[in-house]
Amino acid sequence: MMTRAFTIAASTVLALVLWQGLVTLADLPPFILPDPVRVFETLWKSRALIAHHASITGAEVLLGLALGAMLGGFSAIGLAASPMARRLIRPMMVFSQSIPVFALAPILTLWLGYGLWSKVAMALLIIYFPVTSAFFDALMRTPQHWLDLGRIMGANRHRLMWHIRVPAALPGFASGLRLAAVYAPIGAIIGEWVGASKGLGYLMLLANGRAKIDLMFAALIVLAVLTLLLHAGVDRACRKWLDGKAARHEPA
Amino acid sequence: MHPTPPELVIDGSARIDGTPIFGPLRLRIPAGRWTCLLGPSGVGKTTLLRLLAGVDDVSDFTGTISASDGLPLPGRMALMAQGDLLMPWLDVLGNVTLGARLRGTPVDRERAFAMLERVGLTDHAGKTPDALSGGQRQRVALARTLMEDRPIVLLDEPFSALDARTRAQMQDLSAEHLAGRTVLMVTHDPAEAARLGDAINILSETGLAEFPPPHGVPPRPVDDSKTLAAQGRLLALLRAPAIP
Repeated sequence: MMTRAFTIAASTVLALVLWQGLVTLADLPPFILPDPVRVFETLWKSRALIAHHASITGAEVLLGLALGAMLGGFSAIGLAASPMARRLIRPMMVFSQSIPVFALAPILTLWLGYGLWSKVAMALLIIYFPVTSAFFDALMRTPQHWLDLGRIMGANRHRLMWHIRVPAALPGFASGLRLAAVYAPIGAIIGEWVGASKGLGYLMLLANGRAKIDLMFAALIVLAVLTLLLHAGVDRACRKWLDGKAARHEPA
Repeated sequence: MHPTPPELVIDGSARIDGTPIFGPLRLRIPAGRWTCLLGPSGVGKTTLLRLLAGVDDVSDFTGTISASDGLPLPGRMALMAQGDLLMPWLDVLGNVTLGARLRGTPVDRERAFAMLERVGLTDHAGKTPDALSGGQRQRVALARTLMEDRPIVLLDEPFSALDARTRAQMQDLSAEHLAGRTVLMVTHDPAEAARLGDAINILSETGLAEFPPPHGVPPRPVDDSKTLAAQGRLLALLRAPAIP
């Protein structure tokens, strides 16, 4: 049986071979598609530059993820607790999803400036709905038997929420966070494209404009790897603290 | 101990989507006594129990549910449902003390540990439910129900997952703890009814019938000949073919 590490290594090698094959067979010049060796050379030579910009993007993503998770978590609990809030706010949330986040980026840059916070806001905006929605759905689907038991035991609405509905819904929160880990970097990059002087998105745009396609690809690869690492980290944390037990046992 | 437990009467019939579940019938649950409701699966025993507990919103019930003291039932009863309904994110101790936390009253750890000792789970206090066997989980649920300390206690097949020896022990423990309270136990085990019932009712497709309980104060000895004879008669009644 192939181990996970071996499978990942094998598919990486396959992708590199296909990439090299494409460059060789189609005889592409380096300013259209550089070959992998050239890109990795550039990645190594420009490592300090890329690392600097990656650290900026990383900070934006992590801040956006943390704030979005918190805000989404509280919103979901608020919506689940109050039918009034559901009636008033849910339509607004759904409507907000029909606005492409791209379209908001220039406005956010205008409001929050060229620095870190407009990107944090983009990342936050893009993950807010998936997190809220996944957690809210789970909060609304607490097994009825548990709720009945809680009521018979004399729980008021707040304690029912805190001691039964929220813990029972944590696996749903976890699925929202897993999605968020993949979406948050997209938000940050969009923000950097629209207006920034730092970050991987800015670097890619700059490299592209100056026909440094190898640098553009190097930054892109770093971004992809960071996103994968973030997803793996969030997945691990969710498994450890959020899903485990609640998912395994549904009441009879 | 508490305010005197009331007598309960449920009088009426229940349907789900027009299909009759039980009744019309009248079940009297005497004050401070242990009443058994015996019957085959699917005759509405659990529905009746859930109606009494005030948590049934599936069936249409026409009739009355009343307490002899005229006071409302919510807040005065404990329910042990058929599934153990343990919270998977809490350990055994957390599950046993759930009621106190849900009410926002101080958690009596000492009493909880004493209860765990009585149900033989002291060594498992820190485990989560998924690390327990079905019988152990049922004992946690029993300990949680007994911790509730309510004048009215509804039990739905509380000993069904236990082996013969543990079952007899848990029956003794429950009888001791629930003495003087108004108890309704749903079961399909004639032996259990004969051992524990101050009053025994058989619910079948044809309706509700009272059965005279054997002499002696519950919990009756497991090898008492009159109790065994009553168990035999109950089984014979249960086996009698239902007339459609």
